[in-house]
Amino acid sequence: MRLSASNLACHRGGREVFAGVSFAVAAGEVLAVTGRNGAGKSSLLRTVVGLVRVAQGSLTLEGCDPELTIAEQAHYLGHQDALKPSLSVAENLKFWAGFLGRKAADIAAALAAVGLDSLADLPAAYLSAGQRRRLSIARLVAVKRPIWLLDEPMSTLDAAAQDRLGGLMRAHLAEGGLILAATHGPLGLPATRELRLDEVGGASAQPSASQQWGAETKLS
Amino acid sequence: MTSLGALLIRDMRLAVRVGGGALIGVLFFLVVVTLVPFAVGPDLALLKRIGPAVLWLAALLASLLALDRLFAVDHEDGSLDLLLMSKTPLELVVAVKGVAHWLTTGLPLVVAAPLIGLLLNLDAAAQAGLVLTLLVGTPALTFIGMIGAAIAVALRRGGLLLAVLVLPLTVPVLIFGVAAANAVLLGAAPFGTPFTILCALSLASLVVGPFAAAAALRQEIE
Repeated sequence: MRLSASNLACHRGGREVFAGVSFAVAAGEVLAVTGRNGAGKSSLLRTVVGLVRVAQGSLTLEGCDPELTIAEQAHYLGHQDALKPSLSVAENLKFWAGFLGRKAADIAAALAAVGLDSLADLPAAYLSAGQRRRLSIARLVAVKRPIWLLDEPMSTLDAAAQDRLGGLMRAHLAEGGLILAATHGPLGLPATRELRLDEVGGASAQPSASQQWGAETKLS
Repeated sequence: MTSLGALLIRDMRLAVRVGGGALIGVLFFLVVVTLVPFAVGPDLALLKRIGPAVLWLAALLASLLALDRLFAVDHEDGSLDLLLMSKTPLELVVAVKGVAHWLTTGLPLVVAAPLIGLLLNLDAAAQAGLVLTLLVGTPALTFIGMIGAAIAVALRRGGLLLAVLVLPLTVPVLIFGVAAANAVLLGAAPFGTPFTILCALSLASLVVGPFAAAAALRQEIE
């Protein structure tokens, strides 16, 4: 399995957010998307799942079910947690498992994986920001999908929960999944490659198509 | 099908929980209709004459009341992104949300109508005709309204825009709904003609509404 983008560009609100981004992620690999605020990290992830239109360039996924689109084989963990405050923790997760096509998903095991099993019957309204995040992550555990697109996955998580998420990500990679994560901090994973969206353009530079942005560098 | 079933159950569950707004529509309906006899005065003949129109207007306003949150809530908490990414066609997702909305806000109006019709001096035959027209006509209100709800999804105060967009489109439903109810009441015109047109309007909106709303959502979410 291999997810690749070539010469990708994204326009939002009539402005160019990024252009000329190319990358490739294979099964078992992590690509960390970094860059200053507004560099287009979130926009890149949303472009990959098709929530933002591709203005230029192309996205290809090889070695997966050709009947399904990238979005249908991907989990997208955005800034918002997609939870309903009036439903309980278990009901929230059960809904997403059912909607994403896994009616018989093991809800209890997924909740235990993120450490929320003791709060299963609590309405989600009473969860803290970090707990909401963890419940959102439980969705990725309950329904298996090969591609994980994570937008700031570590934000609001405490140290223990960050370790736990690191473990879940390592398990996902070991099973042959791939991860594309927009992040400011370290993900705690070995052999993370980095895609810097503001390699050339500084905070004050005007974006232009001639700038070569998506240079990939290998981090050890 | 499991996806759509899960969505239907979740939306209905949300509607009847705290802050869901399923009962707000019925209460609003009851309050508006109850106010009319106080405003018009104890003229039973007049109340009977305007009864169907009052009930239909109240039902129209009540069904609009909760409609602006149909997609806005899912948009604000990020659920809409995941619904859009789904393998299930967005048109079906939108249609199921509409069905759940009608079952929790439209159907209670139909059930409450005979009760409240007593206040307007409607007899049994008129009640039956009215309930039948509301049963057939309120889905049209929901499915026409969902187009406006989809267009206003990203706006913080979308309710007013929704009313401005949707109310003109509901005029045909209102005309034929009241015409059919009045036909039973006054017996001057046949019941069948306006009633079948009302059915046709509902069926057309069941098809057009989800497609138009899904197209609007795809544009708005960018």
